[in-house]
Amino acid sequence: MSRQTADSAVVIGLEVHLQLNTATKIFCGCPTRFGAPPNSQVCPVCLGFPGVLPVLNRQVLRYGIRVALGLNCSIQPKIVFHRKNYFYPDLPKAFQISQYDLPLGSSGFVDLENKKVRINRVHMEEDAGKLIHKEGEPASLVDYNRCGIPLLEIVSEPDLCSPEEAYAYLKTLKGILQYLEVSDCDMEKGSLRCDANVSLRPQPDVLGAKVEIKNLNSFKAVARSLSYEIRRQGEILEEGGRVVQETRLWDDVKGVTQGMRSKEFAHDYRYFPEPDLVPFSVSTEEVEAVRAALPELPAQRARRFMAAYGLPPADARQLTAEKATADYFEQCVKALPAPVENKRGKVFANWIVSDISREINERGLENIQALGFPPSSLIELIGLVESGAISGKMAKEVFIESLASKKSPAAVVAAKGMSQVTDRQAIREAALAVIQEQPKAAEDFRNGKAQALMFMVGQLMKKTKGAASPAISQEILKELLGGENS
Amino acid sequence: MEISPKEVEYLAQLCRLELTPEELKLFAPQIKEILSYVEILKSAPTHNTPPTTHVLSLANVYREDQIRPSLDTEKALANAPAREGPFFKVPKVIDAS
Ligand SMILES: [Zn+2]
Repeated sequence: MSRQTADSAVVIGLEVHLQLNTATKIFCGCPTRFGAPPNSQVCPVCLGFPGVLPVLNRQVLRYGIRVALGLNCSIQPKIVFHRKNYFYPDLPKAFQISQYDLPLGSSGFVDLENKKVRINRVHMEEDAGKLIHKEGEPASLVDYNRCGIPLLEIVSEPDLCSPEEAYAYLKTLKGILQYLEVSDCDMEKGSLRCDANVSLRPQPDVLGAKVEIKNLNSFKAVARSLSYEIRRQGEILEEGGRVVQETRLWDDVKGVTQGMRSKEFAHDYRYFPEPDLVPFSVSTEEVEAVRAALPELPAQRARRFMAAYGLPPADARQLTAEKATADYFEQCVKALPAPVENKRGKVFANWIVSDISREINERGLENIQALGFPPSSLIELIGLVESGAISGKMAKEVFIESLASKKSPAAVVAAKGMSQVTDRQAIREAALAVIQEQPKAAEDFRNGKAQALMFMVGQLMKKTKGAASPAISQEILKELLGGENS
Repeated sequence: MEISPKEVEYLAQLCRLELTPEELKLFAPQIKEILSYVEILKSAPTHNTPPTTHVLSLANVYREDQIRPSLDTEKALANAPAREGPFFKVPKVIDAS
């Protein structure tokens, strides 16, 4: 039987809503442009006027199949829409057209580094309008531009056991969705949204009460809110209490979840088949056509990078997790004269997964494109190192300076008068000084300890503030020291 | 099947209907009667019949992803009980605490 550990006691499932980037809404011809003036992209259909008929946008179905297949789901041959009834002013019809027992896709999975997370279902539905609550006034303002924008709801099985795993799942899922090019996946614009379900097993074989967390505006918020909820529920159980099944809102500023005391959210949706939309049949041919047109997905691309450039699995994974990063890498290596040897491929990969990724994270940027350091700049920078114009250490400085000044690496080197010291006389002088300062290391090297040389090269680099060419430094030190290793 | 006034009250709440205690008592037996009438359908043998969601023989009615003109904002708001600028104005429903 499973051991009761803090980890195995936690059960997390995630619901992701993805806005599709179709030109028009799911059931009417209104445009879906983001940021349009309030209530300027509405019509009798999406405003729910009486007597109107919704008609399905064919592209929504195609995109839906594409996503479902990308997540390894099987496709429902007969598709039916249902009305999900609930009363809230963001839905002018007082029901949402969604899918119930015959979702578009089911039984899929997403592979994480150490785990397979099962996908319960992928279904199509319409988005709701946007409410603006007026502070201190018992009124809300409504903009229905978003109402009727096509959504896919992607529901995971409760296979996740920690906030970190939930975070990793979302990152991986977002990566796949970006590759599928059906959405801009921008959480800030709300085109990718997430709700979390979390429960703690009071005993190994007993399911705990499920708490749903809403109002999660970033993947970090998902992880933080889950950590908070796990702690909160754990404390209740420890004190012998019972967790209440409810929906709670995440407050990102206070870092807490808070219960919603609203009967309006009582889950009694009274689903019934949408009479205004006749059923849809999806033929095997149609599914296979969409499957054949699927792009290369992150896992496949990582395998290709490993084979083509000899990248280690971890680097290949990191490089391909986001489409923009993988495209960047490929733009770099494609610009190099063929064939690109493994070693050169690795140099570019290293820069991207270390220095460049660090800057993206530290600046909280959306992706590599937002950094303002195009592939041509990285090629130029690495070229400067390879030609011996600057040292690897200087390159890191040039990179930071290039980001700050928005100048190309070559321009930075020229402007700062940076260049690697390749002047043999200057290096020889520094080397002599190092030998004098480090008699023990010099002695060790003469006695056959090869590592002593690397230490002395390091000292020499320090002396020249990283400007000396390591290759020439090594050569001159060896020459000066003579000894058995020369 | 018994229908209590309490169940009618819940139903009324879901339907956004405001009923008086007298009405709740009045409607409870009526709803019961309607339901028991529909109950008769349960006796029909249906295990070999797939569920019917639509009675029309139509299927696969699509439109292509092409923009059609939306309503003018003024027109869209014309029948709104309340508005503020380009927004519909509604009573606040949410009660988070
Ligand atoms: Zn519309």
